[in-house]
Amino acid sequence: MSGALVASGVSRRFGARTVVREVSLALEAGDCLALFGPNGAGKTTLLRLLGGLLSPHSGTVALHGHTLPGEADTRRLLGVISHKSMLYDALTVRENVTFAAECQGVRDVRAAVDAVLDRLLVRDREHQPVRALSRGLQQRVSIARALVHGPRLVLLDEPYTGLDEVGARALTEALRALKASGATVVLITHNLAEGLELATHTAIMREGQFVHESERPAHGFDVAMYAAMYRELVAGGE
Amino acid sequence: MTGPAIETGAPVRARATAEALPSVTVPSRAPSFLGDTWRIARKDLLIEFRTRSGFLSTAVFALIALAIFRFSWDPTAVNTLDLAPGVLWVIFTFAGLLGLNRSFGVEHADRALDALLASPVSREAIFAGKALGNLVFLLGVQALAIPTLGLFFGLPLGPEWLMVAAVAVLAAVGFVAVGTLFAAVASNTRLAEMLLPMLSLPFFMPVVIPAAQATARLLGDQPLSEAVPALKILALFDIVFVVACTLAFPFTLEE
Amino acid sequence: MTSVSAIESRPATRPLPMVDWLLVLSLFAVGGALTRALLYTPADAALGAVQRIFYIHVPSAILGMYVACTIMAIGGGLYLWLKDDRLDRIAESAAEVGFVFLTVVLVTGAIWGKSSWGTAWAWEPRLMSALFLWFVVLSYLVLRDALENPEARARLSAVLGVLALLLVPFIHMTVYLFRGLHPEPIVLQPSKPAMSSEMLGTFGYAVLAFTLLFFALVRVRYQWATARDARLALEQA
Repeated sequence: MSGALVASGVSRRFGARTVVREVSLALEAGDCLALFGPNGAGKTTLLRLLGGLLSPHSGTVALHGHTLPGEADTRRLLGVISHKSMLYDALTVRENVTFAAECQGVRDVRAAVDAVLDRLLVRDREHQPVRALSRGLQQRVSIARALVHGPRLVLLDEPYTGLDEVGARALTEALRALKASGATVVLITHNLAEGLELATHTAIMREGQFVHESERPAHGFDVAMYAAMYRELVAGGE
Repeated sequence: MTGPAIETGAPVRARATAEALPSVTVPSRAPSFLGDTWRIARKDLLIEFRTRSGFLSTAVFALIALAIFRFSWDPTAVNTLDLAPGVLWVIFTFAGLLGLNRSFGVEHADRALDALLASPVSREAIFAGKALGNLVFLLGVQALAIPTLGLFFGLPLGPEWLMVAAVAVLAAVGFVAVGTLFAAVASNTRLAEMLLPMLSLPFFMPVVIPAAQATARLLGDQPLSEAVPALKILALFDIVFVVACTLAFPFTLEE
Repeated sequence: MTSVSAIESRPATRPLPMVDWLLVLSLFAVGGALTRALLYTPADAALGAVQRIFYIHVPSAILGMYVACTIMAIGGGLYLWLKDDRLDRIAESAAEVGFVFLTVVLVTGAIWGKSSWGTAWAWEPRLMSALFLWFVVLSYLVLRDALENPEARARLSAVLGVLALLLVPFIHMTVYLFRGLHPEPIVLQPSKPAMSSEMLGTFGYAVLAFTLLFFALVRVRYQWATARDARLALEQA
């Protein structure tokens, strides 16, 4: 298999419990995989394995042919967003995003930070400390933090949690632009409608395995039909 | 390659091969250890400066403790010079523990550490940065505590205080290396604040005892050579544990 | 989907034996050593009968301070490298048994001190070393207890175990900054054999017996840990 992000037979245990079991997938640049499943299905662990933030016990994950977990040059391609903001709440918006940009080794930090703050519509708040912002605004700053260096693989774990409508739209637009620029996106969400809007591929996970995989039909996903199938597949899993 | 790894339960780590990686869309440069260390330390100190509560409460603790020791001391029974070094280094230890407890709390509050681990910054640089931040914090507390000690205990001013300051720096380096590592270990547990003193105090023993002894010799106007064995232990401890803790830190992180 | 349970490393589930023969044997050996020490070896002329505590104190110190801590550290270090759960169980077992031996060292040391120095707790270098090692091993055991995830428990306690081994020489150097009351080691001084050959023989026999007891206990503790982990694996599967 070749592609931007390829996982083959990936398994991971925690203690004696196998959380991810023999998962394989292949995504091209510009693809967006929406990952659905009940709590405890192993979605977050799979996401961390795909980013090389966790080592698999068996199987391999490769990003553009480079085995993960890799060195600094593969981590540089990564952007991570979750329902936790990963920000320092005593620092201002600009300080947080600047720190992230510096850690990513961005050359022109000021320009990159300006651009990403504009894109996420948080430029007017740049000098406020993060703790003074609403949950939705914090999440937008967190997205700016993750995208400031122009990552090629973006991993999102429930990013819509706590976002207001403006924030959700800004996030969807940012992800659409990322896809268009050739980044690969993996998205975990409980909201089928939001996930299906962006997804080129979907997978439903249960007990550490994919129980359903599909590709986007030409006319897009039928949310109602997908929801019915999802309920069928995970019934008893929750 | 995968066979034995599965049997022993080790995560698989294959060598990287294949095509050139695509570049990120924003121009970037290679990470540098010292640059990253400095950035992380500066970030921690900026947070400390913004919130201030951590430094203030630690400094106030040190001053109150000095005052209490001074008042509970019977000047007719114990000579100042016998008491002062012990007091200083006990306070140093507990004030240091107060500072260390906060070190990883900042990273875990909103999982900022996860973003740092996903960045090109090396694990060793994260450790060095956190430790450097803690070192500056602790030296700041010392800069307040040592002159206050001299004042409260009525010790004469003299050039030997410069040597005491040097002992403080030497002791603080080893203290912070071990303390930062155990703060990272303890932050994985629910009882972090309780566990850190228990884990680190036995390790602080070869720092605090020689430091107190060297201080006593220096303030007692004894020749410098009297303090040398203690200083040697401190220096050796610094070298061994700065290296060991930097190498051990990546293992405190899940992977 | 193929099942992967076959390739997962699961500790073998064998029932624990009712009687561990190595342990029984080692207890007989220790009993023999103590009988020999109490009944058939003359007491030291200067130190009196309390000198016989030496046959428990010194072997316990060798095993608790050096053998147990070394196994704890090497087991931990190898675990970090190979990630084999068995190494973690070895380190865990050695630490726990070593803790018991270190406690014996402190208690027998206090009894010795009370009768020969007149004080049960003297701030004396070797006793301080034992005390600080006792603290280190205790904190190792408490850390293990505080961590619920078995993988994190093995990894983090291994880090502590390895650093503890580096700490031991520093503890020794620090306590020797002070002068001591402790009798100088009298065994390894060929120029001045202070012990009679009879005492030396009893001592050698005691070291062997206690070593056997130490490893028998570690083995029992290890088997218990294996059974515990196997049961956990079954519960979670």
